[in-house]
Amino acid sequence: MDIKVLGTGCAKCKSLEKAVKDVIEENGIQANVTKVEDILEIMKFDVMSTPALVVDGNVVVKGRVPSNSELKEILTTKIYRL
Amino acid sequence: MVAVFTVLLALVVLYYFLEQIIGAFTFDFLGLNPGSHLGTSVNFFFYDTIKILILLFVISSLMGVVNAYFPIDRLRNYLTSRKLYGLQYFFASFFGAITPFCSCSSIPLFIGFVKGGIPLGVTFAFLITSPLVNEVAVAMFLGLFGLKATLVYAGSGILMGMIGGYLLGKFKLERYLSDWVKQIQADSEQESEVWCGEKTSFGDRLPYILKDGWGIVRKVLVYVLIGIAIGAAMHGYVPENFFAQHLSADKWYAIPLTVVLAVPMYANAAGIVPVIQVFVAKGVPLGTAIAFMMAVVGLSLPEATLLKKVMTWKLIGIFFGTITVFIIILGYLFNIIL
Repeated sequence: MDIKVLGTGCAKCKSLEKAVKDVIEENGIQANVTKVEDILEIMKFDVMSTPALVVDGNVVVKGRVPSNSELKEILTTKIYRL
Repeated sequence: MVAVFTVLLALVVLYYFLEQIIGAFTFDFLGLNPGSHLGTSVNFFFYDTIKILILLFVISSLMGVVNAYFPIDRLRNYLTSRKLYGLQYFFASFFGAITPFCSCSSIPLFIGFVKGGIPLGVTFAFLITSPLVNEVAVAMFLGLFGLKATLVYAGSGILMGMIGGYLLGKFKLERYLSDWVKQIQADSEQESEVWCGEKTSFGDRLPYILKDGWGIVRKVLVYVLIGIAIGAAMHGYVPENFFAQHLSADKWYAIPLTVVLAVPMYANAAGIVPVIQVFVAKGVPLGTAIAFMMAVVGLSLPEATLLKKVMTWKLIGIFFGTITVFIIILGYLFNIIL
């Protein structure tokens, strides 16, 4: 799985990155996590509120930091809340 | 669900009896003298803090509900896909008010609007109101100044976003955007696998919304505490009419002076409103105080440096200048009507 955390460097963006890494480690999910801080790169995903989470090219979370249990649900079931 | 309603009900009851509860706490339990400086300050501190935290939680949750059903992407689609005959300025400004403002989101939002083909003026309408009228400012105002002043503040903030956005749109400012913004192409990445975005029911979503509301309360809690502590201290010790000599309504230069001084200052609404409340209690006209507050929260140097990524200094100057002039005019108007 290819996971990108989009965020320009605010506190929320950092906590999303940390939460994603924690959830992946705890559940043994195979994934490659990258942090995207360049605004031009972020805009390619057409995201208007940061932080956002992109998994395999799909924007699954934007503008908020989901709880660890919601993250786990998203990453294991591939179902996300609109 | 039951737990959610129990919490909400408990908050309503607490809010309703708050004055008695806090009074009993400071004067009976702590044994402070109701007539003393310390007694009034401590009572003021606990009462205002708890009242504002309840209001803030409720208001952020309400805004969370609206945003869950009408997220910013939908606003953008709405603004681009319809002929709105000028109403787009109202929608942009209004949604700027009810969208939780985070300065780190203002750039992606700006680009997102520009990319979606929304006119610069409409984008400005959003950008003016967003920091100015937000959940924290509204909760603090409601708690410390009451309903009328809150409506005047929020209403005039939204109106200023509309008129300011419209005027800035007339100036044909596109040429002052940064070069890379002009070149933005709509090249979104390809989706690789089928993911399923599931529509969630209101009942399932409410706990998340309330949790986000609580998150906002927790985030600003320390600023609310500091702001109210300073306010409470000043309340007890600053003499009556202390500010009246310099900032009274009959001094014509009072408003421009306070606004111009306030623009480079940056404080969030949580920290500044309690202090402003003391100013008002000690003789500063409410209009002057609101104008000061608007200039502090609506315009700031950190915001200017963020905007520098997408605009030239000239455009930032025009943007800030226009808003400053508007706030000054509003200040005079407030002093006449309030």
